[in-house]
Amino acid sequence: MIALLVRDIRLAMRAGGGFGLGLSFFLIVVVLVPFGVGPQSALLSKIAPGILWLGALLACLLSLDRIFALDWEDGSLDLLATSPLPMEGIVSVKALAHWLTTGLPLVLVAPVLGVLLNLPEAGFLWLTLSLALGTPALSVIGTFGAALTVGLKRGGLLLSLLVLPLYVPTLIFGAEVARRGAEGFDITTPLLFLAGITCGTIALLPFASAAVLRVNLR
Amino acid sequence: MSLNALWEYANPKKFIQTTDRVLPWFAWSAALTLVVGLIWGFFFTPDDYRQGSTVKIIYLHVPAALMAINAWLMMLITSLVWIVRRHHVSALAARAAAPVGMIMTVIALLTGAIWGQPMWGTWWAWDPRLTSFLILFLFYLGYIALWEAIENDDTAADLTSILCLVGSVFALLSRYAVNFWNQGLHQGASLSLDKEENVHDVFWYPLVVAMAGFALLFIALVLMRTRTEIRARRMRALLARERMGA
Amino acid sequence: MMLTVTDLSIARGGIPVLEGLNLTLGAGQAMVLRGPNGIGKTTFLRTIAGLQPPLSGQVEVTPESLVYAGHADGIKPTLTVTENLSFWAQAFGNRDISAAISAFALGPLAGRPAGALSAGQKRRLGLARLLVTGREIWVLDEPTVSLDTDAVAMFAAAVRAHLAQGGAALIATHIDLGLSEAQVLDVGPYRAKPLDIEDFDGAFL
Repeated sequence: MIALLVRDIRLAMRAGGGFGLGLSFFLIVVVLVPFGVGPQSALLSKIAPGILWLGALLACLLSLDRIFALDWEDGSLDLLATSPLPMEGIVSVKALAHWLTTGLPLVLVAPVLGVLLNLPEAGFLWLTLSLALGTPALSVIGTFGAALTVGLKRGGLLLSLLVLPLYVPTLIFGAEVARRGAEGFDITTPLLFLAGITCGTIALLPFASAAVLRVNLR
Repeated sequence: MSLNALWEYANPKKFIQTTDRVLPWFAWSAALTLVVGLIWGFFFTPDDYRQGSTVKIIYLHVPAALMAINAWLMMLITSLVWIVRRHHVSALAARAAAPVGMIMTVIALLTGAIWGQPMWGTWWAWDPRLTSFLILFLFYLGYIALWEAIENDDTAADLTSILCLVGSVFALLSRYAVNFWNQGLHQGASLSLDKEENVHDVFWYPLVVAMAGFALLFIALVLMRTRTEIRARRMRALLARERMGA
Repeated sequence: MMLTVTDLSIARGGIPVLEGLNLTLGAGQAMVLRGPNGIGKTTFLRTIAGLQPPLSGQVEVTPESLVYAGHADGIKPTLTVTENLSFWAQAFGNRDISAAISAFALGPLAGRPAGALSAGQKRRLGLARLLVTGREIWVLDEPTVSLDTDAVAMFAAAVRAHLAQGGAALIATHIDLGLSEAQVLDVGPYRAKPLDIEDFDGAFL
């Protein structure tokens, strides 16, 4: 399992692995927003938490199809499925590797990009915390979507169509934490919901992903 | 009739034979109930003292919304039956119900917009209920797209069933999240859609008839579409058999 | 017996392709599968490997004793030969990859990224993976594709050494491996008969 994690991270970091693509995308989205809505700092600071969450979510979505597609093409997935690693473990490790190479960097740069959008000072802590809590759920849910569409040609668009509705609760509670934090309100309830969703998806969704992957490998 | 006898209808041949007999009954009773319910509702109920005659769109809006949710529930149940018992008709019924449910969702959204415009002065508001239906629509869209994307019927049935289960959990979660989110924004929704609770008897009876009509219409459409799906599947099987050189 | 297949029927894409297959494989035995393209050899091997369920019949094998190698080698182009092999060794709970490297003469290539290898060299790397798994039953689908005669001999030697250690191998191939001791199973006669048209309704098949 650890070997798989190390391999996946190494693959992402090597040339052509796509590491950093999500980050650059996130940066570009955030830079483009003021061009779209205007440079007024009051408006920007009001929408900053939402934009940062949405940008992080889209950046996450961008790299989902890589989770299984490459291993599917070169036959690794068949070989992994017949290896001693349990399928549930494989999908969990894949989700973890995706989070470490995509989600975690997004969490780390979000505060920096927050400066660009005039995020209120009180918001930085809660934005980072909500992203740190929420992005694992995005990776786990995305792994489920990737497992659903793994054998399909041009599955990328379908993947987005399937995954985005599943992202709704995470986005709502995550952005709510960031927004309330920025405006200085109490964040306990959405924070607990967000944590609950993340824990729930991590605990349960790998079973669904594994089942789906087994069907797709038949 | 014991429960076991019910599984007989999981046989496609038996299903087609039985629906041959019952489908006309469902279709005609759906037409009759709809006509009675809608005419009664549209022409023989008084105008609401606040909403005028716009209130009458309720006879399309509420039944459509009801069936939009029930269609998903039916898909959930038939998906479970497919996963547990692997009856092909069950999976095909889920596939058949999805577009019907999606159209019901669209009708609910459109009639809601038409009703909302004169009432609230806006076609659309991010009210929790409206938003939930929009999300439900997206779920239908994804579910149907997945069915269409996969060539092998059994693989498609397996994947869509699991998507339906997972999607149901997330749809429920979204419903609560959306409720929470809107309160968080507006400190108490100013637009209330709680109509069922304060509908007067005069409106209520034709509404019940219209709901029964929509339910019958839904059953008739799903039966019809399931028959089509069964035949389409059999056709694909026959073609494949021919290719094998039989 | 390490592997017993009883009255197995298999389907590809929902259509039965082979039926009534029986075979047994014991320690030190090898079996070569033959048959025309599209007959279902790959499906047969994938069913034995547990990747897909049989239509009917049974495969009796300890899943922990089996390793499968398909058409694709599962090689990552950006990882070096050593990294590729070490990963599969660790995935199967082993560490030592030196024997595998020498058996397929990969020593001079060890530090190269797998993407820079030729097709035949990649195949050798894919076959070396079998050795690092430490599993007894090899289930191989066309293992000699793109190998030259020397490499085929290398592969045959590896199989022979594996059998001598009490292993077993089930190999689908078109060429003669020079494994005189191997039994041959031609799957051609087991082609599934199309189902009776009246029997169609139950499963549509």
